[in-house]
Amino acid sequence: MRPAWGKHRFQRDKCCVPIIHGSQGCATYIRRYLISHYKEPIDIASSNFSEAATIFGGSDNCLLAIENVISQYKPEVVALASTCLSETIGDDMGLFISNFKQATERKKLPHFVMASTPSYQGSHIDGFHEAVSAVVRAYAEEGLATNKINLFPGFVSTEDLRQLKEIFFHFEAEYILLPDYSETLDNPVWDTYMRIPEGGTTIEEIKGAGSAKASIELGTILNKGSLSGRVKNNGLSLSGAGYLGKKFNIKKYSTPLPIGVNLTDKYFSCISEITGKAMPEKYSRERGRLIDAYADGHKYIFGKKAVVYGEEDFVIALSAFLDEIGIAVVLAATGGESNLFEEEVKKYCPENRGAMEVRNVFDFEQIHEWCKKNETDILIGNSKGYYISRELDIPMVRVGFPVHDRLGGQRIKHLSYAGTQELFDKIVNTLIEYKQAHSPVGYSYM
Amino acid sequence: MDIIKGRQTQILTKGEGPDKIACEKKSLAGSVSQRACAFCGARVVLYPIADALHLIHGPVGCAAYTWDIRGALSSGPQIHRLSFTTDLKEKEVVFGGEAKLYGALTYLIEKYHPKAAFVYSTCIVGIIGDDVEAICRKVGKEKGIDVFPVMSEGFNGTKKDGYKIACSTLSRLVGTNNDFTPSKPSINILGDFNLAGEFWILSDYYRKMGVDIISCLTGDGRVDEIRKAHKAALNVVQCSGSMMHLAKDMKEKYNIPFMKVSYFGIEDMSEALYEVARFFKSGEMMDNARQLVRDELQQLLPALQQYRVKLEGKKAAIYVGGAFKAISLVKALRLIGIKTVVVGSQTGNADDYKLLKDLCDEGTIIVDDSNPNELSGFVQLTGADLFIGGVKERPIAYKLGLGFCDHNHERKEALAGYEGMLNLCLCL
Repeated sequence: MRPAWGKHRFQRDKCCVPIIHGSQGCATYIRRYLISHYKEPIDIASSNFSEAATIFGGSDNCLLAIENVISQYKPEVVALASTCLSETIGDDMGLFISNFKQATERKKLPHFVMASTPSYQGSHIDGFHEAVSAVVRAYAEEGLATNKINLFPGFVSTEDLRQLKEIFFHFEAEYILLPDYSETLDNPVWDTYMRIPEGGTTIEEIKGAGSAKASIELGTILNKGSLSGRVKNNGLSLSGAGYLGKKFNIKKYSTPLPIGVNLTDKYFSCISEITGKAMPEKYSRERGRLIDAYADGHKYIFGKKAVVYGEEDFVIALSAFLDEIGIAVVLAATGGESNLFEEEVKKYCPENRGAMEVRNVFDFEQIHEWCKKNETDILIGNSKGYYISRELDIPMVRVGFPVHDRLGGQRIKHLSYAGTQELFDKIVNTLIEYKQAHSPVGYSYM
Repeated sequence: MDIIKGRQTQILTKGEGPDKIACEKKSLAGSVSQRACAFCGARVVLYPIADALHLIHGPVGCAAYTWDIRGALSSGPQIHRLSFTTDLKEKEVVFGGEAKLYGALTYLIEKYHPKAAFVYSTCIVGIIGDDVEAICRKVGKEKGIDVFPVMSEGFNGTKKDGYKIACSTLSRLVGTNNDFTPSKPSINILGDFNLAGEFWILSDYYRKMGVDIISCLTGDGRVDEIRKAHKAALNVVQCSGSMMHLAKDMKEKYNIPFMKVSYFGIEDMSEALYEVARFFKSGEMMDNARQLVRDELQQLLPALQQYRVKLEGKKAAIYVGGAFKAISLVKALRLIGIKTVVVGSQTGNADDYKLLKDLCDEGTIIVDDSNPNELSGFVQLTGADLFIGGVKERPIAYKLGLGFCDHNHERKEALAGYEGMLNLCLCL
């Protein structure tokens, strides 16, 4: 097992239905995995390979799947993702799509997007960025320059996306969020069943990404780096913002996910630089309150040892935040395999980088073994590490994805000053609670 | 309501239109079936064998998605809860994954000392053509344990075909210990997976009747128990969709008769006990069974009354994996005054659906291999008040404000037996 579950997860564009070109399980398992986190209906179609399709090619299945998805959902966008099966037998989805367009009697056709996401290349986060990039490559157009900012948030929670949008709102800046699943994967209760949930970025907006003023991408590793065995293709492995920079000369700002004061400052200064506007008052006050809380809480956490795991960019930002509040990250672990991880994570951890162990391509059992041998005060990561916490009696704070054993995983706030505030309170209180629960005296003051 | 072309024959309304429902078909491409693949079928059936190593030969995704997904409890070892993988990469896809499989198997067997190992083939292994059988044989010989290849490539049929693949694997393990003679009338339980400890409830009932259980396939399963399963006098098969294949196989090889039962709902649960007593032609066993049922019902029936008052007249939709379970649920719901208006399964066969049709009221929609669009449509069409289903049906119910009862792999409350009936009502 790797901390990273395999592969692809198509971003939710407006009225988009994904098809996974492979066996039925590839779609169903992903649905189950995502539903268990988001607690939302998530419809992903499958082209349902049979043995015959495996031998003779999956063209018929693919065409039928497209037809049935269109007739059932009437989507504006059909997104196709490949699997190890279809990639390896050499199915050409691009050809299938153009064959479909030629053969169909339908007058109005949806847009098509496709991404190459075989499970044996990289982890789910590579598939995520590949899908984002595929959408941008397919639809971004040249046009009259606008003042819009393209924001590539990376794989963050729906609550985080809503926060990022709100920041732009307070800056009075226009933005294009790629992707925006803040509503599609976190819809309110419905009166009637919606085949496709509301929300998402429209194709028109995505077209505009090619004429924006600048792009900001959150995360510094994304899908870069040396995926083991991946056939290098620079056109393919460019991030969305990277592609827009190269193709349309749109200035790219790369900054880590804004967690902690330092990294959030960095993010705000990017927006300020692009818009020429100062940080809105709301955020300077949030920032002030956060630093005040750091002072209130520091004595309970200073010098504690944390093990942090998850996607590379996420662990980098979390570690930077922990380093800033005086918690030593003793192990930063990821299932990612970019080989850029160690350098990046240490770059943002000036206080404790010397004592930090950094591991990539590391799985949960390896974290488990590591924690048995080394003193650890707190585990910070997704819910899949719970068994380690339980067995070794190490307190745990659930963050990131997936959170399968708690309610509200999709609403966890991580980003910006407000998100950091919630993380900080949670971490401090978890450590206090642990101490309190293990204390012979049931004290009632901190 | 619009149904996609090619699916109409798998839907039936009792009292209207055609008499028979099409089933046991491959899912239609693009229909968003609630089924998974052949690999999934094999994986979930073998999963509860707790002292075996389960190694998935394939990319990391296949293992990550099936890690700890069943609430199949073990009274002892917990190796089954770890989902090991060979984590195949592009390099192995090109040059072959046999060396990696050999290395992983050897390492894991040395580290965890399992009683046996199951190696699951995934789609990609079927394509690149690794000789999994040979590697299993080699490592088995070197390490002195049984290593079974499970040829469960995802494209190799439906989830139900995966059940068959698992049964063929189990069939290789059954009968490998001949040094055992049962001292009492004894049975095997087939098709219970000890979700939320359900097997423990059942084994308690049978023990009270004076029946020994040699092995449970596969709930709280142990390799050594399965080895001597062929010494039982009878196979009692629940979840017939998954285990019928093995029951038939054991009948052929060892001449062990089998019977189909269900442990859901009062009627079926009681019948499952009586049938066993009838089989052994033992008056004493029958008396014990009757006494047990009497004791249980004395407690249960008054407790059910309070729920009946609240639930009477409600309408339910049921969509579950196996049709036999659906049949029991229809009966159980009827007992507390709930009418089933929609019922379907992922893997039912023609006999199951005929039974369902005979059992249900006029106007009930019966559906095979459904999808979210149909299910949400049926629920709204029939005005169902509550839904019994699994993880993928849950958000449909909740979004529409329906009550929902989890009847899935990961349930934490037992729903089998008399205790289970009470839990079901509480949940509803």
